[in-house]
Amino acid sequence: MAEEKLKKRAFLSSQIDLSKFNAKDFEKATDEEKRQQDVMGESTTFFKDGMRRLRKNPLAMASIVVLIIIIAIAIVAPHICPYSYSSIITVDGRRDKGATDLEPMQWSELEAQYMEKTGKKLFPHIFGTDSMGRDYFIRVVYGTRVSLLVGIVAAVMVLIIGLIYGSIAGYFGGTVDLIMMRIVDVIYSLPDMLIIILLSVVLQERLTPLIKGTSLAKLGANMISMFIVFALLYWVGMARLVRGQILQIKNNEYVLAAKSIGTPNGRILRKHIIPNCLSIIIITTALQIPSAIFTESYLSFIGLGVSLPLTSLGSLANDARAAMQTYPLRLVIPAVVISLIVLAFNLLGDGLRDAFDTKLN
Amino acid sequence: MAVVAFIAVSAITFFVMNLIPGGPFTSEKAMTKEVIATLTKRYGLDKPIGVQYLNYMGNFLRGDWGVSLKTQREIWPDLQSRFGVSARLGLSALAIATVFGVIFGSISALTRNKWPDRLLVVLTTLGTAIPSFVLATLLMLLFCMQLNLLPIWDVHHPNYILPIISLAVYPMAYITRLTKTSMLDALNQDYITTAKAKGVPESKIIFVHALRNALIPVVTYLGPEVAYIITGSMVVESIFTIPGMGTMFVQSINDRDYPYIMAVTIFLAMLMIIANLITDIVYKIIDPRITFD
Repeated sequence: MAEEKLKKRAFLSSQIDLSKFNAKDFEKATDEEKRQQDVMGESTTFFKDGMRRLRKNPLAMASIVVLIIIIAIAIVAPHICPYSYSSIITVDGRRDKGATDLEPMQWSELEAQYMEKTGKKLFPHIFGTDSMGRDYFIRVVYGTRVSLLVGIVAAVMVLIIGLIYGSIAGYFGGTVDLIMMRIVDVIYSLPDMLIIILLSVVLQERLTPLIKGTSLAKLGANMISMFIVFALLYWVGMARLVRGQILQIKNNEYVLAAKSIGTPNGRILRKHIIPNCLSIIIITTALQIPSAIFTESYLSFIGLGVSLPLTSLGSLANDARAAMQTYPLRLVIPAVVISLIVLAFNLLGDGLRDAFDTKLN
Repeated sequence: MAVVAFIAVSAITFFVMNLIPGGPFTSEKAMTKEVIATLTKRYGLDKPIGVQYLNYMGNFLRGDWGVSLKTQREIWPDLQSRFGVSARLGLSALAIATVFGVIFGSISALTRNKWPDRLLVVLTTLGTAIPSFVLATLLMLLFCMQLNLLPIWDVHHPNYILPIISLAVYPMAYITRLTKTSMLDALNQDYITTAKAKGVPESKIIFVHALRNALIPVVTYLGPEVAYIITGSMVVESIFTIPGMGTMFVQSINDRDYPYIMAVTIFLAMLMIIANLITDIVYKIIDPRITFD
């Protein structure tokens, strides 16, 4: 037998002591035994893992719910509510001049008469009406739409420009990086709010004749100039962040491996590097939205916002200032909505950071 | 960097302002072509735009900031008097925000997960979500109009309480958060353990060992804080009708008073850039580990 041929185990040797085993130990495993080795749990991906942690964060979930409700109202309400944000309430085809400055859930005389006469029920003025006789609820809804639109468009623009710029600078390094980052440094040290104000003032003059009659005219020159300024100035933070991340990641072995088999630069960036800094990018984008909404409402408040008759939450608050003693609700409602949106996005961003940025914990 | 930023700002301001259609003499209809040509020559507007920019900057540095289109008065003296009012408001807000922010942040870090910390977390979260102009209007509504506790701005009896509060809340909340995280970080360092082991009193550990190191991030926030207070004061001043620079800036935007907008922009930009410069220098002084390359 083979056993006999084997030398006796030396002291402290790691050679297997076959004398301890018998033939039964070398039998094939049955199917049932094999199945015990199967991994039962689904393998988690990075994204799933983060979502699981996010779901456990009550504040973040609450803010998601609040945001969904606000967005749903902003989308659906204009289809349900029969009033328009820009025109005076009409009853039976007639302009209702008595419908100005109504308290919430109140009817004007004409509307009350109409309802009595026909027995039909009119849609209530949930927040009352403004001094021009327009339904205030629908104006707040449109204001919210504008604010959300600005926030999201700005965040997407910052994301795209910052991501491309930052990844090029970070990936190629050297002189390219040096020059590109000097430009970023200069833009970063500019006082952004002042430049925004300045450009809004000027672009308004320039753009108004340019966009007249096009579909852009409805948005107004101010909105467009705001977007231009966001695109010009706000991406630098994102670009710096992406660059820093990429500088770290590009020294990893898998990047070297990809390079050594001749993967083109663009593909390495897309497939290997950007997915690895995705968490920070997501978090920063989420936090960009409230800051853009902040800026928009600020500009609207000092009179550089969307053009009439369109409105935003900031300009609603500004308009309400004149009569805030008599109609405080008109000021409080847009103020609360802005704060709620910004708060919800901030909390969501914090929650995302806790959930996705595992290095922080 | 500061010089480059200043040149960039002034150049952007100048060239952007030149984009506005129409010259300074277009409104006066009675002028003949010859008069306009003479005036244009007299003010150097026939020169190339680069030369015009250099002229403007030369005058600017000599204190000649041009004339307001609206009031036809020299901008610089007007700006000086308004700056006094704004500076008082802004500096008070800056001081209050920084001091209270550091205090609250330290309390929050030292009572971690107990009720003072919890309360401060809620308050700072709210504080960073409310824009200054919303806070200012709501405070005014509440205290001046509904409760009649404080008077609205009066030139003879200036009352800075509400404007300062509305300006200071956001940076204060932000500094509280910053101090808290950096304080917690500092308290976990080895040198704190060493100090404790040596028997250094608790108060000395907190104030000398932990707080000093926790303050570094707060100092770096000083630049953005100044920028926030400057932009915030524009709306806060106009809400409370304080005759400062902010009110005038918003007014000049509404009036399209371009020379004024330009002067104020360059002035404020200069302030912000100087604030950033000071931040960098102070940063270096309190943390010798940092060097400029």
